[in-house]
Amino acid sequence: MTPRMLDCGDTAFTVEFGNLISPALLAAVNALDAAILRHRDDPALAGIIETVPTFRSLTVIYDPLATSREILESALARLLEESGDAAAPEGRQWRLPVCYGGEYGPDLEHVAAASGLAVDELCACHAGAEYAVYMLGFLPGFPFMGELPPSLQLPRRSEPRVRVPAGSVAIATGLTAIYPWESPGGWHLLGRCPAPLFDASRAAPALLAAGDRVSFEPIDEATFVSLSADCEAGRIDPQRWCITGAERS
Amino acid sequence: MSTLEIRAPGALSSIQDAGRRGYRRIGVPWAGALAPQLMRIANRLVGNDEGAPVIECFGGGLSLAVREGSARIALTGDADARLLRDGEATPLAPWRSITLVAGDELRVLGSGRDRAVTLAVAGLECPPQMGSAATYARAGLGGLDGQPLQAGARLNAADAAGKAEMVLRKPPERDDEAPIRIVAGPQADHFDDAALGRFAGSDYRITAEADRMGMRLDGAALAHRDAGSREIISDATVPGSIQVPGNGLPIVLLADGQTAGGYPKIATVVSADLPRLALRRPGDRVRFELVTVSEAESLARAAETLTRALLAGIAPLGDDGIDLEALYTGNLIGGVVNALSPD
Repeated sequence: MTPRMLDCGDTAFTVEFGNLISPALLAAVNALDAAILRHRDDPALAGIIETVPTFRSLTVIYDPLATSREILESALARLLEESGDAAAPEGRQWRLPVCYGGEYGPDLEHVAAASGLAVDELCACHAGAEYAVYMLGFLPGFPFMGELPPSLQLPRRSEPRVRVPAGSVAIATGLTAIYPWESPGGWHLLGRCPAPLFDASRAAPALLAAGDRVSFEPIDEATFVSLSADCEAGRIDPQRWCITGAERS
Repeated sequence: MSTLEIRAPGALSSIQDAGRRGYRRIGVPWAGALAPQLMRIANRLVGNDEGAPVIECFGGGLSLAVREGSARIALTGDADARLLRDGEATPLAPWRSITLVAGDELRVLGSGRDRAVTLAVAGLECPPQMGSAATYARAGLGGLDGQPLQAGARLNAADAAGKAEMVLRKPPERDDEAPIRIVAGPQADHFDDAALGRFAGSDYRITAEADRMGMRLDGAALAHRDAGSREIISDATVPGSIQVPGNGLPIVLLADGQTAGGYPKIATVVSADLPRLALRRPGDRVRFELVTVSEAESLARAAETLTRALLAGIAPLGDDGIDLEALYTGNLIGGVVNALSPD
């Protein structure tokens, strides 16, 4: 697979493997990312500040005072030859609580109507599917997850919201996500999750990692309020919602 | 030790440093000083490491008072500031250090032609979080409790009594008319053939929607190649990425900008010019000019050489505390000499 090299100014470039969301492209992205990490002591790779893996590309951010695009591009060409597709990392499995509808999911009924499902069916369909965490980004700890069942796939809202509350569980196109922070956003809001997705005091600040698998468990409003309070007060560890795999931190 | 109290934080004053590296893969932007050169000079003027935490006063209006001890401070940028001592206000020049004593109050009234000025304090204490003291309020990281400075907040710093004051005799030259250099891509091919030329050839106005995350520009709309080109599968952004949403009006991402996005990016502002753009004010006009990647890398090296030359030009102010060259505004002299006599 010969990737395209996209210019991102004098401090970065993006190695783009393709133009769709697919396990093969994700594997290629992860393989190059892992190869760079493995060879980080190679003098030819000096000056790389960090790499950012996304659905279909790896962005390499570098210090133009310490290296150059030319040096890094030829070093990466060698890595691309030797790095096959790395096996996907063994992700953890999560079952995260969600309170669907009401004030927490203001778009639930609209999405139900658009997808031709009853509200109950929609919740069961969204909660019951298993999603892969493709990447984190946009906001700290924000997980882009998929693939959403085809019946739930809608374009983004035409008018983005100025304020999406933290914890909102949302869908757009083939993806679902949880907003870790209040922010503007254009996705459809189905419900709210009480688990804190980002905590700088944890060894791994982001709760979820690329490669993890997530499904949801519907909870009622009273449970949501109580779990939110417990999380906020630090009385419960969000690792309780991790059902397989060792805690990485 | 010295203690400072924030009396009024102004529009948006926050603790920033060289920024938080290594966490963009989990969605955490670098944050950090919008103008690293101003941070480095201010820190060196007070004897700190170049990348130590500073106060970035965005939009002007900061007022802080020394409550205990003596604090050495320095302002960099187009600062309009006053020292209040014993009930008397005197102008305070940027580009030099000065030692404030208990009871003194510093007021940054404005940031002149810029959006922000930088205030360094010798030995300012702010523990790093995830490797940096830079405030990133959206995730509550860095600074004081992860937030911009609030009225009443207290900061600890070194006690600075008895050290020589420093001055930068020739502050950096500025050219507000010079174009902002950009490199085309990563998604220039999502726009029609004329878009890049139109972007680089017309004036854009910085709108009121401009903050540490980014700035929306108003001007010639840039047409996407077709309806399918208005969005991309989200990929990584960097500070300087120029996103163009469906309305065709560019958004430049800055230090606090999101780490990934689904709008195509027509170009990227070169690192040498990004601070200059980030400091422009709403209503200001800017013009962009295309360069290649290797030209942009050369510009980065030239900018660093210039900054190092500026840093090397920092020198002791002199025993009498009077430096006519530094006091480039004639009517400041009386006040500043007055302000310079703590001992």
